[in-house]
Amino acid sequence: MRSVSGPLCLFAYTLLACAPVQASAWRLSEQCPASFDKRDSRCWLRSTYQQYGSLTGAGVGGLKTGLPPFRDGFTPQQIDLGRYLFFDPVMSANGKLACASCHVPGKGFTDHRVHSIGMGGHEVRRNAPSLWNVGFLKRFFWDGRAHSLEEQVQGPLYNATEMGNRPESLVKTLNGLPAYLTLFAQAFPPTGNAIGGDIAAAQVYTALAAFESSLISLNSRYDFYAQGVADALTPHELEGMNVFRSFVARCAECHTPPLFTNQQIAVIGMPEPAGMPFDAGAGAATDAPMLRGGFKIPSLRNAALTAPYGHSGQFGTLRETVAFYTGGRGHAVPKGENLHLHWHIWEPKLSGVELDRLVDFIGALTDESFLPAIPASLPSGLPPPIESTLGERS
Amino acid sequence: MKKSALVSIALVALAAWVGYTYGTRSGSHAPPTAAGSTTDTLASAKHTAGSAAALLKPGVSTGQVIVVKPGESIQDAVRKAQPGDTVQVMPGNYSETVYIDKDNIALVGVIHGGDWPTLDGQGKRNDAVLYSGNGIRVENLKITNYKGNAIMGQAGNNFVVRHNWIVNSGVYGIFPEFAQNGLIEYNTLTGIEDAAIYVGMSDNIHVAHNEVHGNVAGIESENSRHVIIEHNLAYDNAGGILTFITPGLPIKTAFDVIIRNNFVVANNHKNFGAPGSIVSGVPSGTGIIVMAADDVIIENNVIRDNKNAGIIVADHKSFANITPDPESDPSPDRVQVLPNLFADNGYEPIKDIQALMLAGLTRQGPDLVAVGSGSGSCVTNRDAIKWLGVSTWTACQRTSTSDVVTYLLDQPAPPRVLSAQDRGKLVYSSVCAGCHAYNVRMIGPPTQILQAMYAGNPQGIADYIAKPVRKREDFPPMPSQAHLSPDLRLAVAQYMLTVK
Repeated sequence: MRSVSGPLCLFAYTLLACAPVQASAWRLSEQCPASFDKRDSRCWLRSTYQQYGSLTGAGVGGLKTGLPPFRDGFTPQQIDLGRYLFFDPVMSANGKLACASCHVPGKGFTDHRVHSIGMGGHEVRRNAPSLWNVGFLKRFFWDGRAHSLEEQVQGPLYNATEMGNRPESLVKTLNGLPAYLTLFAQAFPPTGNAIGGDIAAAQVYTALAAFESSLISLNSRYDFYAQGVADALTPHELEGMNVFRSFVARCAECHTPPLFTNQQIAVIGMPEPAGMPFDAGAGAATDAPMLRGGFKIPSLRNAALTAPYGHSGQFGTLRETVAFYTGGRGHAVPKGENLHLHWHIWEPKLSGVELDRLVDFIGALTDESFLPAIPASLPSGLPPPIESTLGERS
Repeated sequence: MKKSALVSIALVALAAWVGYTYGTRSGSHAPPTAAGSTTDTLASAKHTAGSAAALLKPGVSTGQVIVVKPGESIQDAVRKAQPGDTVQVMPGNYSETVYIDKDNIALVGVIHGGDWPTLDGQGKRNDAVLYSGNGIRVENLKITNYKGNAIMGQAGNNFVVRHNWIVNSGVYGIFPEFAQNGLIEYNTLTGIEDAAIYVGMSDNIHVAHNEVHGNVAGIESENSRHVIIEHNLAYDNAGGILTFITPGLPIKTAFDVIIRNNFVVANNHKNFGAPGSIVSGVPSGTGIIVMAADDVIIENNVIRDNKNAGIIVADHKSFANITPDPESDPSPDRVQVLPNLFADNGYEPIKDIQALMLAGLTRQGPDLVAVGSGSGSCVTNRDAIKWLGVSTWTACQRTSTSDVVTYLLDQPAPPRVLSAQDRGKLVYSSVCAGCHAYNVRMIGPPTQILQAMYAGNPQGIADYIAKPVRKREDFPPMPSQAHLSPDLRLAVAQYMLTVK
């Protein structure tokens, strides 16, 4: 009956957080999360969009278009373990920051800050992106430099200005926590003759990827409309949808249904906040000079929940963001920057009313019905960075 | 109508060239109601493309005809229409954006005594017709003064856009995107600031018998596969017919495109494309451009009086305004230029081509010029034409494309039909399971408890979810699922009772 709290009180603020938890009491869920079916002990995505096809399987198109390739097939235990890790500040170097500190479920998996605050109060350079529907994406980070969720999670974990950890110390910390040893053994049962070994970094990445790919938001009122419920959208939202997909505004050319991103890199010339240097984005990350100032096109699902907007968090509201596109091609590009702006950036001359309607329509993409449960307590014994909503889901 | 396809097509094209109008053509027949024009289409389709008949069959004459008169709203009629219905638009003026988000609707104008039903965007509306349904047909409309597109489709398969008259109406005239299996025929388009007919990221498209003039680009097939562009008249555009792989789009390839039997004449219009647009990089005076697309066959076109060049075959690097994309192959490979009639092309070439001429020690502007990378291409009887940059091309083995009548599908691209049972399962997992876990309390009661309450009574669940009433103080009220059809509600309920 050894307490797992011993080493963690180093990090903890309050004695309450050090309350002993029995390692053997920790059990991971055997149920798949909402929108997943369990088959052969693994979780497989189920969405009404799976009724439809899409051209060349790319998962881009119109209203009744199938989804792009996605990540599924994790076990319920791996997903649930990822959930604990996601909310656990034990993942950071100082035990204060969790993934969920900047990707807050109740804030559309963002933090509502212009730039997130990392280790030691350091302000990072870009706006925290939402995690809804990331299981469908093929590139990660604003500059698209990572190509899998497993690769992506290592970014903030080990960035000195974000969670500031190192692989060796993360693994060492977790291996020192009996509750996590129990949970990892459930999520990654030993195979063959092998006996349960230490927690490996790759298992941490797998579990986080499993959890993140379970964050599905595909049941908005827009989705009801798209799939045949004619009165699911208000007249204003319908008007906004027609502006959105018109070839004047051209929003749908890059924010393409059903995910509302076509997952490409685009150079659109969005400004930095005052005083911030120009961000070369994908131009720096990919060694492709013509992509200078290019960023990954973000999904607009749940965008109404994720202010502020843009890679730099420059725009405080959706209204300001949509107005950017009608400000004139290249109007915010700094002097001396010769950017290869995307061809869809032009001068659509949208009216104020049309901009309002666009905001109305984007609001109809909101669906948080599958918010995951925030753990009431964590295997590390540390206090969760955000308050539990639903209590523990066993 | 018994003459061979080739002859009848040539007559249509010639007729258009001397100013023959579709108005008088229609006037010489019975008023083109939906049923009447269908008969005509089927007849011509048999001559030209056997599979067009299959495409045109469903959705026509199976339902109601809803008539719209001037002063009434076309959109109201579309709202009332059920799949299979025809919305018939009488002659007169209309100003609205018509959007069709359901399947198998025909939007068909009636032309009477030379009067067309005219959609006028008055320079302030965005698009005339937007559709996302499958099996949409748009026919006999005059469309003018819209800012975006005249007719735009997003992911609508099995479409027919025919016999429309589009004047000064935005960025693209007819623009199907993400579509499979569609026919664009007998349209006339002018004054479009990008491509008059633009096939974007689509498969199995047939573009035939259209007249495009006074546009930046006449006809463009971009990141699309299995496209035939034939028997069209493209004149007085900046560029006549283009087939591209444009980088940075989510669908990365273009191949199996046949450009044949077109008149591509005097495409010397000033390029008035929007700054930064890809077509603004098209040099005025170019008949046909192949950029990065593969397996393109160009055959039996009349390519005449295009001042810059008859045909340009280019890679991404050689083209202005193109940002490279590591996922797109930048080279045009296996392009086949079969016999075409070339005359008077290349008399005022752009500087880049002049430089090639200088290097090639020729003073003649080209009928055919290839620039940049690419492999496996061929040209028939190179000696007959003025060429640049194709010295490594082989002589084509293929003599014609007559083996490929059409790339349209024999049967419409099928919608994926799930059994009621499977749909019920899908809705349970993707909607209900957000609140009802099997044996754990979430937002709603666990499914296990509901199974006990409704054992043998799936209809009870189906009725309840249509009109939920709060039964238990300790749970929040359930939102109504009345938007699901009764059949689907029952299927969901049946599945819910079997979940383990």
